[in-house]
Amino acid sequence: MKRMIPLFITFASGFLIIMSFFIPHYPVGELTNIMKEWYMVVAVFAMILGILNLFKVNAHKLIKLKPGWWYALILISALIFMVIAGWIGGMEEGSWFDFLFKFVYTPLNATMFSLLAFFVASASFRAFRARNIDAGLLLIAAILVMLGRVPLGNLISSYLPLIQSWIMEFPNTAGQRAIMIGAALGVIATSLRIIIGIERSYLN
Amino acid sequence: MTVEFIGLWIAGFLTLAIFSFLYRDNVFYKIAEAVYVGISAGYIMVQSWHDVVIPNLLIPLKSGNWLYIIPAALSLFMLAQLIPKIRWISRISIAFVVGTGAGYGFVTYLKSNLFEQVHSAIYPLWSGNIWTSLGGVVLLIGTVTGIFYFFFSLEHKGVLRIGARVGMMFLMITFGASFGYTVMARISLLIGRIYFILHDWLQIVK
Repeated sequence: MKRMIPLFITFASGFLIIMSFFIPHYPVGELTNIMKEWYMVVAVFAMILGILNLFKVNAHKLIKLKPGWWYALILISALIFMVIAGWIGGMEEGSWFDFLFKFVYTPLNATMFSLLAFFVASASFRAFRARNIDAGLLLIAAILVMLGRVPLGNLISSYLPLIQSWIMEFPNTAGQRAIMIGAALGVIATSLRIIIGIERSYLN
Repeated sequence: MTVEFIGLWIAGFLTLAIFSFLYRDNVFYKIAEAVYVGISAGYIMVQSWHDVVIPNLLIPLKSGNWLYIIPAALSLFMLAQLIPKIRWISRISIAFVVGTGAGYGFVTYLKSNLFEQVHSAIYPLWSGNIWTSLGGVVLLIGTVTGIFYFFFSLEHKGVLRIGARVGMMFLMITFGASFGYTVMARISLLIGRIYFILHDWLQIVK
């Protein structure tokens, strides 16, 4: 019973959503619109569950005074502070939430991602050894795209920006399209397996 | 001392703390990392509460629409995952999310990623311009051979092997181009952060 009910819910909800694309009228269309709202709400609670789990793991680390406990304290304090600021103080401009977003979240987020520029550079140093034709193609395509997108590329040759946009528009689109079609076939097959109950790993 | 001034100093310190990782892992980086994780989690929680839970659950419930008790119950069931004794209840909510997601995934991927992409790949090869037409031929060959590469139901022998090999070459160009594109995006972010330090914070660069 503990497995049969969830399997039935999966089948019913998946089947109804698929049906709504074929029968967008009352009552199927109406029902799936409501389901769409419910789905968003439950998905948010799945995310909240993840955040509560993060809180639980760090609280455990803090209570047991495990190594690095004070980083856990900082994390929990930042989390609680942001939530209180948003829920009590509101999200309007000039609020505490807005201050934390502008001066803490945004710079941290941008710096974290910009840090990747250095790691990507060191990774490319290792990856960009033209040991065979495939690696050579990857190397040439990457160099042409990088050079073609900066003023230096235009200084070297006025053809570089044109070659860059040709690569992005044609061979790159071809590869992306093949990947998208392949991935779509994979998603469709997996979705069908889930809806008809062959794929049950999410119940474990 | 204005709020803006204090904010700039906090942002400046946190930016340098993250960059300090380039030297080696250190206490300033770890502090900034812990703040980043906590603030991000809090931000996502508050934002989704305001944008999703309030308009789609709390307002309908307040206005007396009792049908919305179902998503409220499903949401609470999801949190049962944290209590070992009643953890099994969360399967009901997970089943709902997985089933609905699978239904959407099935139709949207079928429509936009499969049919639309196949539809876009079928076009007249001669466009009146030699380079665009050549590009069109390259696009067609690249798409077909790329799909050959992902076709695993038959062993890659004979024509299929040649097709898959050409497809592999196109995929390598795609990965190279995506890599180059990503590097440039990251460099642009880096320039943004350096500009922030020198212009907004320290005001060395005018």
